[in-house]
Amino acid sequence: MTMIQALRSAMDVMLARDDNVIVYGQDVGYFGGVFRCTEGLQAKYGSSRVFDAPISEGGIVGSAIGMGAYGLRPVVEVQFADYFYPAYDQIVSEAARLRYRSAGDFSAPITIRMPCGGGIYGGQTHSQSPEALFTHVCGIRTVMPSNPYDAKGLLIACIENDDPVIFLEPKRLYNGPFDGHHEKPVVPWSSHPTSEVPEGHYTVPLESAAVFRAGRDLTVLTYGTMVWVSECAARESGIDAEIIDLRSLWPLDLPTLVDSVKKTGRCVVVHEATRTSGFGAELAALVQEHCFYHLEAPIERVAGWDTPYPHAQEWAYFPGPDRVARAMRRVMEA
Amino acid sequence: MSQHQPLRLHVPEPTGRPGHATDFSYLHLSPAGQARRPPVDVAPADTSDLAYALVRVLDDQGRAVGPWAPQVDLALLRRGLRAMMKTRVYDARMLIAQRQKKISFYMQCLGEEAIATAHALALQPGDMCFPTYRQQGLLLVRDDIDLVEMICQLMSNERDPIKGRQLPVLYSYKRAGFFTISGNLATQFIQAVGWAMASAIKGDTKIASAWIGDGSTAESDFHTALTFAHVYRAPVILNVVNNQWAISSFQAIAGGEATTFAARGVGCGIASLRVDGNDFLAVYAASCWAAERARSNLGPTLIEWVSYRAGAHSTSDDPSRYRPADDWAHFPLGDPIARLKAHLIALGAWTEAEHEATQKELEAQLAAAQKEAERYGMLTDGHIPSAASMFEDVYKELPEHLRRQRQELLGA
Repeated sequence: MTMIQALRSAMDVMLARDDNVIVYGQDVGYFGGVFRCTEGLQAKYGSSRVFDAPISEGGIVGSAIGMGAYGLRPVVEVQFADYFYPAYDQIVSEAARLRYRSAGDFSAPITIRMPCGGGIYGGQTHSQSPEALFTHVCGIRTVMPSNPYDAKGLLIACIENDDPVIFLEPKRLYNGPFDGHHEKPVVPWSSHPTSEVPEGHYTVPLESAAVFRAGRDLTVLTYGTMVWVSECAARESGIDAEIIDLRSLWPLDLPTLVDSVKKTGRCVVVHEATRTSGFGAELAALVQEHCFYHLEAPIERVAGWDTPYPHAQEWAYFPGPDRVARAMRRVMEA
Repeated sequence: MSQHQPLRLHVPEPTGRPGHATDFSYLHLSPAGQARRPPVDVAPADTSDLAYALVRVLDDQGRAVGPWAPQVDLALLRRGLRAMMKTRVYDARMLIAQRQKKISFYMQCLGEEAIATAHALALQPGDMCFPTYRQQGLLLVRDDIDLVEMICQLMSNERDPIKGRQLPVLYSYKRAGFFTISGNLATQFIQAVGWAMASAIKGDTKIASAWIGDGSTAESDFHTALTFAHVYRAPVILNVVNNQWAISSFQAIAGGEATTFAARGVGCGIASLRVDGNDFLAVYAASCWAAERARSNLGPTLIEWVSYRAGAHSTSDDPSRYRPADDWAHFPLGDPIARLKAHLIALGAWTEAEHEATQKELEAQLAAAQKEAERYGMLTDGHIPSAASMFEDVYKELPEHLRRQRQELLGA
């Protein structure tokens, strides 16, 4: 399966297993989504389970919270992560705090899917990586897969989880892995082992990171498209990097991170999102707190520049394998 | 050179400011009994006249007149009067408790008691209200909600059912169909629509009741709620309590000038009513009509309840700085308790003596409840929920980082 097919399969499995699962969003119903992630689901489950929504992110998330309070398990879509902002009040003030402020009287077991990330000439409002705006919010979970197998298993785990979840989907990875070499043709998922996706139900547990590539020289903490870029940087630089795919951004799997950095003594944090107050700052702080006496070099961060995401300058902005490899070398030389 | 005069920005102002009487003619009131009562399956567009009129039942002589006069037994009206009185006694007592620093903050619903109490009596068990912070009548009308427990919430003490996490008055009572109140305005309005959609998705028969004030209709969630309620024909009653004031802002600043909030409903394709919010019988009748509409799968109803915020916005507010001190005395729709009382006395179903006795009994009941609640502590005396409980319920299970933070706090 491609990542698109894997995500669709996750929703298909959950719609079949649990009558309380409802899927809706803009263009999600009849048309099957602008990225085809919900294709065929309305025909299979009917328009009271899978339906189109007005263009209103606040309305989509707000109504989902009400449905969650009733006892449903809505899986809603925001067409691009760049457009979640009108729903931020509902996410931060409501979904995230419903359980806390009512002492468990009410809760919001909802999953909000958002295609995110750049590398597609999406310009300012089709490329953003807003994960740090969610990881800072108490009471929600933020999750991002990097391959079809994880995408399906994580999405099922999120739908089944009783906390509200922001599920970020790197659209650059929808049809195939991407290592940052935009000049080369895209390789489809079918040639990669993680496209072997079981048809039925399975989960990838939340708060569990994956060692994407084992290594001895340094640890790369990353997620989403940057997992593939980092792997390419390690290959091309000859540095034996251990690449950790966080998968669950927050709450996260701290022991896996700490064990790796204690082993390698060096750490590079890589994300597409802008640098200042990005999620990488939290990762660097955690590593510093937990691995200080094992560190042999300053922690490096490779991130998007502190600018809005440009159109023409796509590849000067996107942190590609060269930039990641340079940071790896700096860390090795320090 | 332009042929036009310079443009001018229009900034609405209330007619009455401190020292000047309010001209209430802007309200456009209909006489009692005049507004028609359409069938519950009326087409939304055919309610446009009602969105600019005013549904009223009780006339100035305390008689129930016109097509909206509900067929209702006197026991329900006596219960309603008592619930309004209880709400007012509760508010008065908690206002004093705040002044005595026994609670940190309070918000009255003085003058608006009819709306929540009569509406609640028109709903059924299992329906869910999504209230603002000024619908305490939805709880106080019920005999199964313990006053002591409510006061414990106000005191954030060891018996506070929401463990001291929320400001006073932001109650949560799922078992009473009372959704957890948020400080963020209007957010619950669209959530109510989602809850109603869920009920329809599951083929249930429960309906939702959404609440918002006049000022908060300017929030975007008001508009999303109307759109979603209309699009999906959700079984929801969309209540707009127009008490004329949003803290210091007159309702004209919210967009009420030369129009009504009910008219917004019609514009979105929702059957809409504008109702005398100080007329217990009209509130009950209109609520029953809207509930019947929703429960019969005929879609949502928007109701603008015309009332007046007689008290201060909150214990942190001094209304004498922005409106006439005697404004309520001049509000043409009067006092909901006085009006229902006069009606029942005219029917021979209530007496001054009964009223006085009920007042005394409620005051004693509240005094006893407050005394008991104080036994479980107050914010000021340190008898509050444990600090360790602060970390619970952020997530369903306690995640590792919160476990560490709790240990750090407790010095373990």
